[in-house]
Amino acid sequence: MTALTDRDRGAAPVPDPFLPRPFVVRATRQDTRDTHTLELEPVDGEPLGFAAGQFTMMHAFGAGEVPISISGDPARPEVLVHTIRDVGAVTRALVHAQPGTVLGIRGPFGTGWQVSSGRHGDVLFMAGGIGLAPLRPAILEVCAARGDFGQVSLLYGARTPEDILFGEDLLGWAGDHGIDVQVTVDNGQHAWRGRVGLVTQLIDRARFAPASTLALICGPEVMMRYAALALADRGIPKTRLRLSMERNMKCGVGLCGHCQLREFLLCVDGPVLTYDRLEPLMSRVEL
Amino acid sequence: MQTIEQYLPEHPFFAGLGEDVIALVAGCAVNTHFRPGEHLFREGERADTFYVIRHGRISLEVRTPAGPPVVVDSAHADDVVGWSWLVPPYRWLFDARATEETSAIAFDGACLRGKCEADPAIGYALLQRVVRVMSDRLQSARVRLLDLYGVRA
Amino acid sequence: MVDTRLIDLGGLQALIDALRSRGYTVIGPTVRSGAIVNAPISGLDDLPRGWGDEQDAAHYRLRRRDDDRLFGFAAGAQSAKPVFFPADELLWRARRTTDGEGYAVRPGHDDDGPAAEDGPPYALIGVRSCDLSAVGIHDTVLAGRGFVDAHYAGRRAEAFVVAVACSDPSGTCFCVSMATGPKPESGRGAPFDLSLTELIDGGDHRFVVEVGSERGAAVLDEIVAAPAAPADLEAADHVTEQAIQRMGRRLDTDGIKDLLYASVDSPQWDDVASRCLSCTNCTMVCPTCFCTSVEDVTDLTGSTDDRHRVWDSCFNADFSYIHGGTVRESTRSRYRQWMTHKLASWHDQFGSSGCVGCGRCVTWCPAAIDITAEAAALRGAPGSNLPEHDPLRAGTGEAPSPSTPTPPAE
Repeated sequence: MTALTDRDRGAAPVPDPFLPRPFVVRATRQDTRDTHTLELEPVDGEPLGFAAGQFTMMHAFGAGEVPISISGDPARPEVLVHTIRDVGAVTRALVHAQPGTVLGIRGPFGTGWQVSSGRHGDVLFMAGGIGLAPLRPAILEVCAARGDFGQVSLLYGARTPEDILFGEDLLGWAGDHGIDVQVTVDNGQHAWRGRVGLVTQLIDRARFAPASTLALICGPEVMMRYAALALADRGIPKTRLRLSMERNMKCGVGLCGHCQLREFLLCVDGPVLTYDRLEPLMSRVEL
Repeated sequence: MQTIEQYLPEHPFFAGLGEDVIALVAGCAVNTHFRPGEHLFREGERADTFYVIRHGRISLEVRTPAGPPVVVDSAHADDVVGWSWLVPPYRWLFDARATEETSAIAFDGACLRGKCEADPAIGYALLQRVVRVMSDRLQSARVRLLDLYGVRA
Repeated sequence: MVDTRLIDLGGLQALIDALRSRGYTVIGPTVRSGAIVNAPISGLDDLPRGWGDEQDAAHYRLRRRDDDRLFGFAAGAQSAKPVFFPADELLWRARRTTDGEGYAVRPGHDDDGPAAEDGPPYALIGVRSCDLSAVGIHDTVLAGRGFVDAHYAGRRAEAFVVAVACSDPSGTCFCVSMATGPKPESGRGAPFDLSLTELIDGGDHRFVVEVGSERGAAVLDEIVAAPAAPADLEAADHVTEQAIQRMGRRLDTDGIKDLLYASVDSPQWDDVASRCLSCTNCTMVCPTCFCTSVEDVTDLTGSTDDRHRVWDSCFNADFSYIHGGTVRESTRSRYRQWMTHKLASWHDQFGSSGCVGCGRCVTWCPAAIDITAEAAALRGAPGSNLPEHDPLRAGTGEAPSPSTPTPPAE
């Protein structure tokens, strides 16, 4: 029974999920050739509380709107942080937004990583490319309560050494928070002293007890597919493998139908979903 | 300091091989050491060595006309380098260069091939392990060909 | 105890007049360009008196009846969908602030668009049972879950619905298979204020009116409608009974969700893809399709940004585009998506089928593709009008349901 029949005139208006909130760019930092991190503050002063793994719909005046994962610290919601890669007209406008520019924000939307459910066990983060950005809030969450977790590892694959994100964070996580950070690049340059190879090749050297490990995976879908397969083969239960899926999103609120992956609307049922539900869907072409 | 024979059973590549087999293949091996910048081998040279890395780091590189060599793979402690000793015409297809102080065990390819031919069971056991390394490397190379982190127009 | 009354043609005109005097824009079926199309009406003369229709796959014709029935046809070209869920909705307007840095946003209103004088609130006359079920589905999809489409909810709350029981189903109708008709029922689908069954036997042109709400009862009281006699009620039941017998198509819904999930690799999709033009007609005429896209419309000065929401279709080439490519590039994958969503994943998402059996997708498909025939083909049966066949083979082992619809706060 909906509330639409014989509705009282004069009842509180239904909140409109399509109206953006203005946020002003306070700082911008170039991370790599095509990726920038923006720090935003709400014009009305109301902090945007969020769960690690959620995203917002970011609107650039006159350009359009795109979904971008939040890459900031959930414990510091007064600053909204987004790491954005320039892949089209809207992201280009966002990436070049200077301090003082106002952007429209809707959200936060979607399901989060729920890394707290990994307490008292081991946690394995696997990131490919820009996929490290949506994982960053969950990593920060673990750092803030490091004692609650066992072995914590981050396996991170980037295209080249110049595409590595959050270099200082990586050092800090390894040095100050006891996280085993392993980085590899798809192809290296002469001066690169680290690993060269696919991120899945780092799994063999990671230390974790599979039966009690929570694995959070984020990156291009092919990378996540191979990573999930490899980790499931190692004995991590499929219900403890979480992936952040991506599809075309227009509304972000489950009303436009674009982001469907069969029965899942990725903006409300996802983007974080467990591998047991995703496995049959990821193995099909053009689903 | 462990002898080669004492060290090999601890190495993942040789796990599961019997003591006698280890002793036999150890007979083909010597300890080697490379300084940073030193090449293990170069593209085009005769490939007659199989390396087991104990400590350090090796870059597998391809030289290009313009710019420094591109590093297509890296090998670290517990990795193995080289299978061209098994595949005629036994020639290296890329450069291998140490980028750190690297200690490795070098197996003479001809010696190993001889042991395999004399006892096919040993040959099969070694081949199984080499194939596994090749399969991992091939899969890694194939997926990197997709350039997943690149931007498609 | 259902409150049923009787009105004649004069009473129906009085009903329309009463609604107009209450400020409603009254929308009903009209004849236009060789089809039955919903439009604002002011009286009985605007209705399709004496018109009937012939519908089949890729076939729609109006025909002259040999009586004066006002509602003697089946599903019109459009359902009630465009009334509550327009093809172009202005979501908001943004204007740059004077300092040029920020911008102010205000929600769009119906009077921002064209034809404001035919704006809400709407009273719909002649809504069929299938379309009423579709409105009920949209009430769940658009206004009954976590996020609510405020524009839709507003139009629905104010609307007055006069439904009509079907007397002449067409060759593409299959509401009986989908349990959505042919007679509107209180508690099934969206609520109605009044529901009419047209009786024309023996020269007495009259309507049995079932009251569905207090608001409906109040309007009837105003136009003075007497209670219906048992003979009229019997005649109304007979209209429905004969309509049930004259369905044009059948769709076997037994285990249909598992069937479609299991058919993900079926060669049948290649077969239908060889015929499908990906023209999106089906999604436009379907009363439950709700996919939309958003467009930012700016002016040359760059100081204005209007955000519009427009109908979209999963058959469109770039519907599933993400940077790097399109997920569903082939027609095969898009048809499979549409049909699987409509008949299968809809259940997991919204708790019902997405199909109401109105037949419009069959009628208006230029390639004569028939969803009931496609469903039967997937089962391995030769046609959709055959008696019961073999039980379904095993499904894929379905995933647990995602978010279930949550009722909005009262």
